[in-house]
Amino acid sequence: MSAERVRIWKFGDAVNTDDMLPGKYAPLMVGEEAFHRYAFAHLRPEFAASVVAGDVLVGGRNWGLGSSREYAPQALKRLGVGAVIADSFARIHYRNLINLGIPAFAAPEVVAALADGDRVRLDVERGLLQRDEDSFELPAPGGFLSAVLAAGSVLAYVREHGRFPGEDEAAESSGFRG
Amino acid sequence: MTPELSGLTLAERILSVKAGRRATAGEIVVVLADQVMVVDSIAPAVFSLIERELDGVIAAPERISVVIDHVAPASSVQVATTQKGVREYARERGLRLFDVGRGICHQILFEEGLAQPGWVVLGADSHSTTYGAACAFGTGMGASDIALAVATGKTWLRVPETVRVRFQGLRPPGVAAKDVALAVVGRLGADGATYASIEYHGVDDFSMSERLTLANLAVEAGAKVGLVVPDALTRAAFEVPEWLQLDPSARYAKTVDIDLSALEPLVAAPFQVDNVHPASELAGLAVDQVFVGTCTNGRLDDLHEVAAILAGKRVAERTRLLIIPASSKVFEEAAADGTVTTLLAAGAIFGTPGCGPCMGRHMGVLAPGEVCVSTSNRNFMGRMGSPDAKIYLASPAVAAATALSGRLSVPEGESDVG
Ligand code: SF4
Repeated sequence: MSAERVRIWKFGDAVNTDDMLPGKYAPLMVGEEAFHRYAFAHLRPEFAASVVAGDVLVGGRNWGLGSSREYAPQALKRLGVGAVIADSFARIHYRNLINLGIPAFAAPEVVAALADGDRVRLDVERGLLQRDEDSFELPAPGGFLSAVLAAGSVLAYVREHGRFPGEDEAAESSGFRG
Repeated sequence: MTPELSGLTLAERILSVKAGRRATAGEIVVVLADQVMVVDSIAPAVFSLIERELDGVIAAPERISVVIDHVAPASSVQVATTQKGVREYARERGLRLFDVGRGICHQILFEEGLAQPGWVVLGADSHSTTYGAACAFGTGMGASDIALAVATGKTWLRVPETVRVRFQGLRPPGVAAKDVALAVVGRLGADGATYASIEYHGVDDFSMSERLTLANLAVEAGAKVGLVVPDALTRAAFEVPEWLQLDPSARYAKTVDIDLSALEPLVAAPFQVDNVHPASELAGLAVDQVFVGTCTNGRLDDLHEVAAILAGKRVAERTRLLIIPASSKVFEEAAADGTVTTLLAAGAIFGTPGCGPCMGRHMGVLAPGEVCVSTSNRNFMGRMGSPDAKIYLASPAVAAATALSGRLSVPEGESDVG
């Protein structure tokens, strides 16, 4: 359990990756050092300056739809976002979150129970979130995705294991190696 | 040897053949990528990951395409400098480079035959589903996955379930592929096909360009891939492997039937692509800019449609009509057959083939309060500039009629409502 209490930033349904990081503030446009300062620049202009390392984002349905831009979750990572909890995730963005080592939990009941500005403690390893007396369970991402999170990133995982996440599972039936 | 494929969907067939074993929905496969496409916005991250974290290894440079299209030509010294680096790296490492002006990544790969039926094509761009028009397994990924695919030549994929979209009947005049594509997104919703493959059945009536429009919007329903069932038209344009065919016993997660004859021109209103309405309901809305272009609708037939409506007429005084051909080939063909002249005479403004203002970076971004009718694929808040601007997605025909009147319009004689 994190010693520090962190803040919940609650968003609605269908938050897209343009909301998370508008294309005009991509690293290509504003530079590799500056882009994260524009996280949620349109949707919640106060976010990037006020978010504190460890804070948790909570969203509704289809979190992260749209563009495949990894610089959107990269900006969240740079700002220290500790986890994302949503009703459901869009495919490419979910994969990007895990690839960057940002814990992502699909947990509609937890989303429903949390409000913007809530103070919570989060234990990612045990999948536990605590708000005062209430405690919530967060389901671990399936199968090898948890292993990617544990490695810190998909690149770290591949370097460490010398194969893709899931490749061992695939290998069992295919005889695929290397 | 081709694995046993009976009872499998198109997506399962492609991934089974690539994995060298029978693979069904839900399984994980590791497959070779036939082509990996990297765009200018993402290339710096990809190349730096390869150099810093993957020992500078590139498995098969001939299978990598690098496209400078998302800000082309460069809009600032910052962009120019980064693109210079991308260009140099691509040349040094022997990657296939498509430079400024050649056009939009998806259009170019298609034109160059770099997305073939049965291939796996990974793109650093979500609209890589577009390659499904040729029945290539095209899917978008982020920089880490693309860097790994470039370095190792492979990726891991979860074999998707399939949502079957069946078209029936014939489109009434004035109903474009874009309207059909929007109808599909409207019916499924923006997450109706998340993690899934959309298979488009009953496409006899759709040209290859129209199929590109259909597959392009698959991702707006959350799909991983949007595969158009190969038919005679596909076989006329490509070599289609014998195993890449429909299996009547294939299993679908869901089937959506769409009666084409009941469709009318549609628009997707701000700020979600699945916010689909009949164009006639929004008719009369004052429009500041009309944008015709993008990987969705910037092809020759789209320009023809616009020219047919604008020929001999003038764009409304208070409205800008911006046209950006999807590729240099489209531009050349439209110049050669007089389409460009017709459009210029009507008051259109042309931009360099590429993405233009589609993602809000340059060449026609919107001011606060402005309204744009666009043939593109996303109407998200701030997508084309100011978060206080509004984007309505529509077909080239609706775009052209709107440019003429300065108000959102359905082309005459093409609406039930009139
Ligand atoms: S035209 Fe628009 S949607 Fe297509 S690749 Fe370019 S930015 Fe993306």
